[in-house]
Amino acid sequence: MADTIEQAQPPRFRPADLRLVVVGHVDHGKSTLIGRLLHDTDSLPDGKLEELKAVSEKRGMPLEWSFVLDALQAERDQAVTIDITQIWLRTPRRDCVIIDAPGHREFLRNMVSGAASADAAVLVVDASEGMREQSRRHAYLLNLLGLRQVVVAVNKMDLVGHDAARFDEVRRSVEDFLRDLGLRASAVVPVSARHGENLATRAAEMPWYEGPTLLEMLDRFEPSAAPVDRPLRLPIQDVYKFDHRRILVGRVETGVLRVGDQLLFSPANRTARIATIEHWGPGEAPVEVRAGRTVGITLDEPLFVERGDVASHADHAPVLTNVFRASLFWIGRKPLLPGQTLMLKLGTDRAAVTVQSIDRVIDTQTLGGGDAVQVRTNEVCEVTLRSREMLALDEHSANPATGRCVLVDGFDTVAAGVVNMRGYPDQRQLLTVKSTNIQEVDHLLNATARAWRNGHHGAVIWFTGLSGAGKSTLAMRAEQRLFQRGFQTYVLDGDNVRHGLNSDLGFAPADRAENIRRVGEVASLFANAGLIVITSFISPYRADRERVRKAAGSAFHEIYIKADLSVCEKRDPKGLYRKARAGEIPEFTGISAPYEPPETPELVVDTSRRSVEECLEEIMEYVEAHIALRTSDVA
Amino acid sequence: MPSHLDQLEARSIYILREAFACIEPLGMLWSIGKDSNALLWLARKAFFGRVPFPVIQLDTGMELPEVYEFRDLIARDWNLDLVIEQCPPEEEMDPTLPPASRSAARKTAGLKNVTDRLGFRGLIAGIRRDEQATRAKERVFSPRSSDNAWDVREQPPELWDQYKTEFPDGTHVRIHPLLHWTELDIWRYSKREDIPIVPLYFAREGKRYRSLGEKNITLPIDSTASTIDEIIAELSETRTSERAGRTMDHEAEDAFERLRSSGYL
Repeated sequence: MADTIEQAQPPRFRPADLRLVVVGHVDHGKSTLIGRLLHDTDSLPDGKLEELKAVSEKRGMPLEWSFVLDALQAERDQAVTIDITQIWLRTPRRDCVIIDAPGHREFLRNMVSGAASADAAVLVVDASEGMREQSRRHAYLLNLLGLRQVVVAVNKMDLVGHDAARFDEVRRSVEDFLRDLGLRASAVVPVSARHGENLATRAAEMPWYEGPTLLEMLDRFEPSAAPVDRPLRLPIQDVYKFDHRRILVGRVETGVLRVGDQLLFSPANRTARIATIEHWGPGEAPVEVRAGRTVGITLDEPLFVERGDVASHADHAPVLTNVFRASLFWIGRKPLLPGQTLMLKLGTDRAAVTVQSIDRVIDTQTLGGGDAVQVRTNEVCEVTLRSREMLALDEHSANPATGRCVLVDGFDTVAAGVVNMRGYPDQRQLLTVKSTNIQEVDHLLNATARAWRNGHHGAVIWFTGLSGAGKSTLAMRAEQRLFQRGFQTYVLDGDNVRHGLNSDLGFAPADRAENIRRVGEVASLFANAGLIVITSFISPYRADRERVRKAAGSAFHEIYIKADLSVCEKRDPKGLYRKARAGEIPEFTGISAPYEPPETPELVVDTSRRSVEECLEEIMEYVEAHIALRTSDVA
Repeated sequence: MPSHLDQLEARSIYILREAFACIEPLGMLWSIGKDSNALLWLARKAFFGRVPFPVIQLDTGMELPEVYEFRDLIARDWNLDLVIEQCPPEEEMDPTLPPASRSAARKTAGLKNVTDRLGFRGLIAGIRRDEQATRAKERVFSPRSSDNAWDVREQPPELWDQYKTEFPDGTHVRIHPLLHWTELDIWRYSKREDIPIVPLYFAREGKRYRSLGEKNITLPIDSTASTIDEIIAELSETRTSERAGRTMDHEAEDAFERLRSSGYL
């Protein structure tokens, strides 16, 4: 007997390596299509067909294929799919997991759950109705979630007399919509799910159709490949101290790690080497772990690492930032409003984020978009999010695993999002101190001595505001007034730093941030020297200004030179707005790049409402009150 | 390219570690069947040889003797923190349920008692989507109200691997690290890893248990499969569903759904 077992054929086993989501408008026949496809591919267990017949008969209806999936009593009674379900389909090539997603609007978040875990999608469209509201929205969301393998099934062809012209009409409208999204359907197949036409077998009723059957299309799709070719990302899930070892665990999302590799941990920005890869169970401990696998490692030195940190190689590190833009699908029951604070989940990290602005709400029906003050349930929008702590992340296009997030409000998941860094710089370089051997010189002369000599404290008066708001005009006039008053003063602006100190910098977000960092450092040195230095820079990012505040300490005075964009654009002293509107300047603050007004400036000077003289007066009053020495100070 | 079993294992370990990192106190349900043995094994892999939370058996006193024997052996060898919860008697169950379902409801009641007593916020369970149609609709992290009810209409979205880990007081979450496995996957993995198995799964005198439950409500199937390889070969050919031997699934169209909505695994 033993011999016959050894000679027996190895059991047929084909891993369920493709995950397929079926989406589309309610009643366009998704569940029917899946039920019938399962039957036609011999994927149903014995007795299931009889059970379906009995259940259908009990309800006095012809055989209802959708009952295979609509397992809940309420689903069968109301003939709607409430929640996603998953079932295994045997195709000629593989076993594939089918995810049936509900089409009803109120169950949209369930549909997104299903689609987020899929490799490929079938979009079902009713031949007589054509694209409807949820067909468009589902297609939009597939694209947002990064699904690229899509086949369209134009269903219920039997109800339109198997008419080739009608099929062409629907096909064209679906293809047009997908093209506007940037998606291309792998095929558009005319089917009748109820009768099994063009699902597993070619339909004699539609001889004019020469393309593949739906089943043939499914076998052409590929599972999402494990992204070993991208840079290493290992979000730290936990640190275990069960014994003497300190084991860092997580899943390698992308790339490959090996024993001995130097790892950079973000956002702390510190490095250590992998001493060991830990292992339990049969087999040897691996020396290399590739994307898709979980791992436990120990380091060669006791670095402080915690859940939420991201390990990478130093030469391809993630972006570090406390502000980013995201495309969100909002599933919260209450509308999203600017200023709201929510919990961000990104990889294994969690952070409180504030909605700085709602930049655009997209109409998934027309693909148009516009300004909006709020985002309602099931809408898609672009927002700017800001966190208190630094976050390690990637653009979604560069690395989906570390470029997508969810937002949580209280106990509820309220949004799914993908990250984009358009207009914002990576802050890593600006935080990294490269020269570690420099010690600050301990000055014998102190600030008080200088203030007594000058009659005022050293100060950085930081003007920020849109181009055309009046910063330079006011800076020059204020300098003049201070000089007349006998104060030591100097203006730093684009003209005197861009030609020398910062001549190596352009206008990309990272360059602009570096420009401001250098100006801030120079200005605070001037302030240490006892001068009142006025700076005149748009300095659009709050993070950059906060960095200068840190460098200059109490000498920093932020003055918001405020003017409406429309006023600035009308003034347009250098003709820059006109060029930006014409698209000649790619990243122009206020037009195509963000401006972040100060949250708590020391002073706001509104140049759209007051004259230059009045504004100047406000600035001088501020200087007299906060920077000039009062008689009592001197005494 | 990692193998299919490697991918399944990695996903389960990730889920176990998420549960351990985010939810406290945590417990794992152990029915001593093939799935929950594989689950225990995965936990030992995830936590490098130890299971860092209690392991709970809901005991109706109706298991087969081989099950109890196996339980005691493994609990000792694997150094498990084993909690044995005696389920309340059948007389206390909802009399409107069909007989086998009423018997199964005892476990639900036992589960509620142990959850209340030990205050678990998270319970790890070894159910799979391919076992039964309502289980196919489950989430990996599935919240339960204070009375253990499963609100199938209001399940939280699971986007990528971001699970719901925040709950109001009085509720808990069921964590399902094996949801994406099939029966065949479990057997192939058990074989590869050499995981101990209750001998009842192997054929004796032409019968074996395919799904293990209490002796009063589970029936063995006709089979000659006496090794894991033979079981794998048998399952590859079979067209009968796994729970065919579970009488309660067949008492009414929605019998199992009713059980699950009120807290049954």
